[in-house]
Amino acid sequence: MVSDSFAIRTEDLRRVFRAKRREAKGEKREVVALDGVSFSVDRGELFGVLGPNGAGKTTTIKILATLLSPTSGRAWVAGLDVTTDSKAVRHHIGMVSGGETSGYGLLTIEENLWMFSQFYGIETNVARKRIQELLAVVGLADRSRTKIYHLSTGMRQKMNFVRGFLTEPEILFLDEPTLGLDVQTAHTLRGFVSGWLAEHRDRTILLTTHAMHEADELCSRVAIIDKGRILACDAPGVLKRELQRDAIFRLRIADLGDARAAVGAQPGVSRFTQTRSDDGLNVDAILTSDGALTGVLGSVQAAGGRLLSLEKREPTLEDVFLHVVGHGFDDEAREGGSE
Amino acid sequence: MKGPSAWTVFWRTVIGRAYPRIIGAQREKSWVFFEIFLPLLSVTAYVFIYRAVQAPPEFIGFVVLGGAMSAYWLNVLWSMASQLYWEKETGNLELYIVAPTSRMAILLGMALGGVFQTTLRAVAIIAIGTLLFHVPMAATSVPILLGVFVTTLVALYGMGMLLSSLFLLFGREAWHFSNLLQEPVSLVSGFYFPVRALGQVVAAAASILPITLGLDAMRQLLFPAMLGDLRFLSPLVELGILSGLAVVFLFLAHRALAFFETLARREGRLSVRGQ
Repeated sequence: MVSDSFAIRTEDLRRVFRAKRREAKGEKREVVALDGVSFSVDRGELFGVLGPNGAGKTTTIKILATLLSPTSGRAWVAGLDVTTDSKAVRHHIGMVSGGETSGYGLLTIEENLWMFSQFYGIETNVARKRIQELLAVVGLADRSRTKIYHLSTGMRQKMNFVRGFLTEPEILFLDEPTLGLDVQTAHTLRGFVSGWLAEHRDRTILLTTHAMHEADELCSRVAIIDKGRILACDAPGVLKRELQRDAIFRLRIADLGDARAAVGAQPGVSRFTQTRSDDGLNVDAILTSDGALTGVLGSVQAAGGRLLSLEKREPTLEDVFLHVVGHGFDDEAREGGSE
Repeated sequence: MKGPSAWTVFWRTVIGRAYPRIIGAQREKSWVFFEIFLPLLSVTAYVFIYRAVQAPPEFIGFVVLGGAMSAYWLNVLWSMASQLYWEKETGNLELYIVAPTSRMAILLGMALGGVFQTTLRAVAIIAIGTLLFHVPMAATSVPILLGVFVTTLVALYGMGMLLSSLFLLFGREAWHFSNLLQEPVSLVSGFYFPVRALGQVVAAAASILPITLGLDAMRQLLFPAMLGDLRFLSPLVELGILSGLAVVFLFLAHRALAFFETLARREGRLSVRGQ
């Protein structure tokens, strides 16, 4: 056990997955999921790990939650080494993953939650009371006797949330908790997370997400991770302020197939990303100064593009990501990244 | 704040994990058809064979008892041994591992739930089979019979717990492995005939499967006419061996679970789905 004040700490964490020979079939047999990840999370903090699919977010959580051993490096949770003290670590943690399908379909919501509470030794009457309170918070109080095979994805995820918080863990891992949920449900759950943390100030949450606004709304600090490496780690406001010396523009352009030459190759454009929509191309560009815009617009026009709108805006975490990683989330998705 | 003791967590886990099998599994009434009516059809087929060859009426009792005990074997195979594979697929396994409880408690809960669930089926098969085919039972020693039955189940589910720890590493192979075991075990354990018929060597080898000795001993105790040429070993010897098997399987399950959990963590197999 290390005597530090951190809830979570990692030191040069590395995880390599090796495919079996017959599974590899000529492809690369080693995948480096984490490549020297070091960070620390203070007690009482809501810390976000932000990155696209395949960045290493889930691998990080699995190591911290004692589900996976690191190939090298070390990690401590509640001051305990996750490799050598895994049993002790489990007394301090809880975990909720997005898209979870855990539980038994023939049991009701209340019965499933009670069952999981028993694995933590919680007395039945205490568990039942907490279950009812938490179900009311997420709006499922009237469905407590519904069998879980009748639940929608959103209701199921709300139930998973309740399961994670039911045991009142000291440190909670939320792995893409709002993945695949509608806007309203995701909003409810985000409200629930921040409300819970406000009431339990000594608890710590580590949240992985690829939803920038989620990290921006909830987290006191975020680590931006890509290809197994942490590229930036600070409060969202600080990260965004670092970009304020740059000029950030959003352009909507019609009649242009690809903005790489017309925007990306122009002098003064430090980063850019493009996404297609029904009426054209949406381009987000980080320019070293406002003056670089003239060249960009000229180049778009020369390439046959028609400017539909132009907006100068404040930096977002998305811009921070683009700035430090060099490409946007959507660009990565197109390349087929997966975790 | 001090949390609950390890002992409390252990037993609460056992009860919690047994619950879906004791309560949940009874909610789907189709089990009556699949787990009582269909096994009775197999039993009936053997009953007619024995009647056709004019075998002594005790043979019909052997078949009914074998049919009932085969329910336990199928439960161990499909709902114990390969269960952790299904738990991995549904995401439950991750939650079991992350919980501060003993993995043995989870398996024990599964086993106790499975025993309850299967006993309902086994009792129904015996009751219906006995009434339908007029089985002549004459229990000679009820305490020994109960001892053999309980010890057989402890050893059998201990073996299931050992197998399930191996299945922590398995992916889709779990399904094939269970299929591979199902029929050969039915044959060498003598579900529908006295195991002695396979010869002493095969019967001795098959004794590693608790159900082989359990069935042989229970048949001797329920149908004393078998005590002559058809018995493999005496019931007390079989009870002794079964007790040994129960201890060995439970011990090995405990050790194997810790070993394979560490290995599966290292290889990243505790949470990989769709293998």
